[in-house]
Formats: sequence, C-alpha cells, structure tokens
Amino acid sequence: MRLEVLFFGVLRDRFSEREELLQFPGSTVAELLRYYRAVAPESAGIWETIAVAVNQQYATAATVLRDGDEVALLPPVSGGAGDAR
Amino acid sequence: MHVELTREVIDAEGVVRALKQGSDGAVTVFDGIVRDNTRGRQTQRLEYTALEPLALTEMRRLCEEAVERFGVRDVALVHRLGDLVVGETSVLIAVASAHRGVTFEACRWLIDTLKKTVPIYKREIFVDGAEWGHGEPFPPELVASR
Repeated sequence: MRLEVLFFGVLRDRFSEREELLQFPGSTVAELLRYYRAVAPESAGIWETIAVAVNQQYATAATVLRDGDEVALLPPVSGGAGDAR
Repeated sequence: MHVELTREVIDAEGVVRALKQGSDGAVTVFDGIVRDNTRGRQTQRLEYTALEPLALTEMRRLCEEAVERFGVRDVALVHRLGDLVVGETSVLIAVASAHRGVTFEACRWLIDTLKKTVPIYKREIFVDGAEWGHGEPFPPELVASR
C-alpha cells in the first residue's frame, strides 16, 4: 500500500519532512515502526519512545493502516517554554 | 475558549483582556518566553513546528479537561509557531474564574500537560550550532511501540 509519512523533531535530522512510501508491505503501525527501525538502526533508541498519529489521530501499535493514509512519526514533544525547575 | 496556533506575535494583553468577565475574581497567566541560553549555550532564536491539526485538537481537549477538572470558568491557550527571537512569547495560557486557587492549579496543569502530549517541536538555534529541544516522554498510553 501507499503511505504518506511525516517526520517531526529529531527524526528530521535523519529523514526529510515527509516521504511517500509507495509499496509498504505491512499493514499495521507496529510493522511500519519495524520497517523504519531496519531503515535507520542508528536511531535505535528513538523508536521505543515515539507516538504515531494516523490521519491526525493518535494511534497504537495495533492500528491497521490503509492505502493513502497519512502517518506522522512523533518523538517526545518539546513545545511550551521554560523548565519545571 | 480561545485556542490557537499562530505565526504572528502573540498579543498577551489582548488575549487576557478578551478572556475577562464580570463574574471573574482572578486570572492567572503563564507567559512562556524565549530565554537567551540553554545549559550555557547562547540562543539566537527558536523554531517551532507542529503537526497542526492534531496539535490544535489536543490543545482544545486539554482546555476542556482543565475546565472540567478544576471547575474554572474559561481558558485561553495560544502557541506560537515559526521563528521566534529572545524575549518573545512562545506559549500563553490564561485561566479565569471566580476564585484564584483553581486558576493557579489549572494554569500549572495546562503547561505541564501541554509539554507532554501536544505535538509541537522546538529547534534551538545557538550561536554555535543547532539542536532539537529535549522532549519529555509521552504518557505510556501514547507510546506506539507498547
């Protein structure tokens, strides 16, 4: 299936802002994460910490992907300002 | 309820003025501004990016939850995107209610929760390089690999 994948935060040091996956062989969010873990093994630690949004909604590992879905890969967020200290 | 993502300078006084009503006895404001250094490195500017539709949805959800959880009358939450220089407001939170106690509590809860669940990202441009802001971990229920 074809997916549009958006990258945020520190993932943009390794990937572009977005890419089109033309022939993704899997069908779930878990399989997509496994795919990118293999593509970028040097970013190993990050994949265990990210959230995923499918079509602008937070998803889980089990979420089923469909042709044409937009999938955002979201490292821990860093909005706001100042420190709690 | 005023919830907004903007690329313009945030008019903090205007937001607060628009929030106030006759029945309010208190407004607590958190004005988060760009600091001139991080861990000893001199900051030139910040760049904020967001997954915008989801960020707005989450911001609205947080404001609704704050009203429900703390019983405050109304909330304003505005976050800036794009390029910011030192001293500019990156996030403004204002909470209005009849009594002050809950406005302090709701304001604190809103900034702490925003920094964990709303998909907004900070890139710090220093005089000697650049770095993505260190995020706080997502709540376990949002981590996709669990």
